[in-house]
Amino acid sequence: MINWANFISQCFNGLVLGALLALIASGLTIIYGTLGVLNLAHGAMFMLGGYAGWLTYTYTGSFVAAVIAGALFVMLVGVVMERVVIRYFYTRPHEDQLLVTFGISIVFVETIRFFFGSLSKAVPPPAPLVGITPLGFMFYPTYRLALLGIVAVALLALYLVLYRSRIGMIVRAGIEDSVMVDSLGIDVYKIFMLVFGIGAMAAGFAGIVNAPVVSIAPDIGEGILVQTFVVVVIGGVGSFPGAVLGGLIAGEIISITSMFNPGYSYVMLFVAMTLVLVLRPYGLLGTAGRE
Amino acid sequence: MRQVMRRPGSFAIELLTALGLIAAPLILPYLGFTPTTINRILVWGLFGIGFDILFGFTGLLSFGQSAFFGTGGMVAAYLLTVVNYPDVITALFIGMIVAGIVGFLIGLIALRRTGIYFAMITVAIAEVFYFVEFNPLSEYTGGENGLPGVPTPVLSLGFTHIRFDNDRSLYVFLAFWFFVGMVIALRIVRSPVGVILSAIRDNPLRASAVGHNVHGYKLTAFVVAAAYAGFAGGLLGVMQGFMPPDAFTFDTSGQLVMQTAIGGAGTLFGPLVGAAVWLYLSDFLQTTLQLGATWKLVLGLIFVLLVCFLRRGLIGGLKDLYVLIAERSTKTSEPAELAPLPALTPEEEKVTRLALAKEPAPAPMPALHRQDDDAYSGPILQATSLSKRFGGLVANSNIDFTVARGERRGIIGPNGAGKTTFFRMLTCEMAPTSGRIVFRGRDITGLNVTDVCQLGLTKSYQVNQLFSGLTVRDNVIIAALAELRGKFRLDMFRSLRRIPGLDEQVDHTLALVDLTGRADRPVAALAYGEKRRLEVGLALASSPSLLLLDEPLAGMSPAERIEMVKLLKSIGQGRTMIIIDHDMDSLFELVERVTVLQEGRVLVEGTPAEIKGNKAVQDAYLGGVRAA
Repeated sequence: MINWANFISQCFNGLVLGALLALIASGLTIIYGTLGVLNLAHGAMFMLGGYAGWLTYTYTGSFVAAVIAGALFVMLVGVVMERVVIRYFYTRPHEDQLLVTFGISIVFVETIRFFFGSLSKAVPPPAPLVGITPLGFMFYPTYRLALLGIVAVALLALYLVLYRSRIGMIVRAGIEDSVMVDSLGIDVYKIFMLVFGIGAMAAGFAGIVNAPVVSIAPDIGEGILVQTFVVVVIGGVGSFPGAVLGGLIAGEIISITSMFNPGYSYVMLFVAMTLVLVLRPYGLLGTAGRE
Repeated sequence: MRQVMRRPGSFAIELLTALGLIAAPLILPYLGFTPTTINRILVWGLFGIGFDILFGFTGLLSFGQSAFFGTGGMVAAYLLTVVNYPDVITALFIGMIVAGIVGFLIGLIALRRTGIYFAMITVAIAEVFYFVEFNPLSEYTGGENGLPGVPTPVLSLGFTHIRFDNDRSLYVFLAFWFFVGMVIALRIVRSPVGVILSAIRDNPLRASAVGHNVHGYKLTAFVVAAAYAGFAGGLLGVMQGFMPPDAFTFDTSGQLVMQTAIGGAGTLFGPLVGAAVWLYLSDFLQTTLQLGATWKLVLGLIFVLLVCFLRRGLIGGLKDLYVLIAERSTKTSEPAELAPLPALTPEEEKVTRLALAKEPAPAPMPALHRQDDDAYSGPILQATSLSKRFGGLVANSNIDFTVARGERRGIIGPNGAGKTTFFRMLTCEMAPTSGRIVFRGRDITGLNVTDVCQLGLTKSYQVNQLFSGLTVRDNVIIAALAELRGKFRLDMFRSLRRIPGLDEQVDHTLALVDLTGRADRPVAALAYGEKRRLEVGLALASSPSLLLLDEPLAGMSPAERIEMVKLLKSIGQGRTMIIIDHDMDSLFELVERVTVLQEGRVLVEGTPAEIKGNKAVQDAYLGGVRAA
């Protein structure tokens, strides 16, 4: 029989994971939408955020500082990566872009392994958020509850930047037609650099805020990248709302299936992805023609 | 520039491969390769041959080949260890077949999308296989322990048994299968299917428009790649005496992709070269330089640099170097460029036109292989109340349009009148919102562009849609194959030379569009006017009974226009054509009747003389000047 308290707690876990995936996937999808580059190093960005945060935490002991450092460091990595490598790949075939970002992700992962080893590192949650919170019908880890709020705020911030600011308007225009934006006299390369930085930062931020829940290791980004792909396929490439919806669906599927048998969580995820591909090939909220 | 491999009657590559495989174990140990490394290179090389057909030749970058590598390996290993199936070679084949079937099913899903979607879907699918192997199926696969105790192959010859049970004899076993795999792959890429795969890589849209079932051929490449992966996976288990579960990891797929890119995609030997570099360096960095786990960082950096600066991998780089040197030494013997035609003054243009009008046109090309249904005598094309709406925008509205067999019809209209949309509906690239299209008495509404081309209706595009990575001849071959072989056929082992009528049809088409002298040039090296003629040639090569031409004269110089008009006149004989163009003088000279479109409707229809004098047409073009 299903244990209902367990079921609800898994639903909560799914919500947390889903929100996290939504954040990471929106980073991936705005980069792809604007620049036309699928960044296979996006999972490595998640990992880098975790490590930058962990390093900051070990020196300062402050979780807030860790989060800020993690997010900013990954944004910087993103900006540099765009400026030094990605910029020269806009005119090259998609396949070359996949190859080079794949190579870069290996370099990132192995660099971290070189400096910090393969063993996993833990970042404890900040003191006020340690322990469990009674929710009336069940107890739930306080930090996870807070994480839901933190990620929701981050998503909201991303939404506001994307939909309520001048920069965001340019970015959205760039997603529709970057050539046109360029010919309107806006330096589209600057925007590209910024978008890549913001997209990477979304993953980096997710990486550090998730560190108290799942301890970090050099190859932690790989699984996240795969899940993010499923999210993007389900939600539709280039769609911010699609990434959020897809993230929540994927998070719930993984969590609820894990309750019965963790081995099947990927199978179920895959079934959902296949269903979407058959019924709505461009994703739930995607637009036809974006390839 | 990549060219479809086709050296008639020569087995030079096969011979060199065999010699290389014989020489390798004698030479490589002196370079620091251990016997195990050499064997591993062969397994990865064979794995990569299939992947190269998928990625290098068809342009589909899959990051999920580990799924098939692991499946084939596990099935073979399971049969040989748990089931105690006695024969290694049959077990390998069973593993290969299972991997192929799995590849077919996965391909049905993954190939629903292209580009980055395809890459993402393959990654996700491979991850599912990894988890299924580790968890739900661990009873059969040994989970994280894998399957130990895979026996070595034994070849029974009746009087004696050959055992492949040490590195040296295993090398013979692996080299044999690598050779077989290479010979088969070479046949595939030289077959009509191989040429079509290259066409799909270059321009999938045009490949389907000239009448090839693109999805079917992609699926074929996917299954072939899965089968190669499955067989190589089986060999991995046999070679190690143990089937490792990490065959299923994302790392396996990634390593294959990187090795192929390092060696050079689209060469078949690239993955082998890449595997040699990769495995040698990983040995060298770990054992000789004592770098430990850092070897992967070094290889990652090398890979990134290679992708940035040596785009076509080591083999591609060597080829480029060779071409560069060869060109330098034969610069003088290169045939002189055709002198560009001088620009003509309007006066000269008129004179030339008159002269051309008198000149006898070249013989028309008969529709060689398509039998025109003579019993049907009605109009060749009939569109009834055809409409197309894009949201609120009405592009075409209630167009009735009939063309008789043998007619040459022109369509004119101001920009935005809906001419191209109309053509796209006629060729079924786009479904009409409402209305019916009947071609030679058959309702073709709702068919797709491939089927319609197979029925004998095709078009040349307003913007060139060529296979720009291939030669002029290959371009025409691709189009002609669609007519000679139908939209889908798995003649993967047939040589192109064995297709009756192909050479004649290709030569004829080339002569007709006056590109015979350019046949072996890569398309990218053609002048604009020549590309434009090839564009028409691609449509012609399938000998259509109804040919649509969307602005064939667009962007041409006056001299090129005259050439093109002459060309269109000659191909128009005995053929039904519909031509859109803005060049009224040329168009009126070419066609018998003209339909004028304005704002998505038929404004008027008549002979060129009637249209010239028509007040409504003048108003449509000049915006109602009578008020002034």
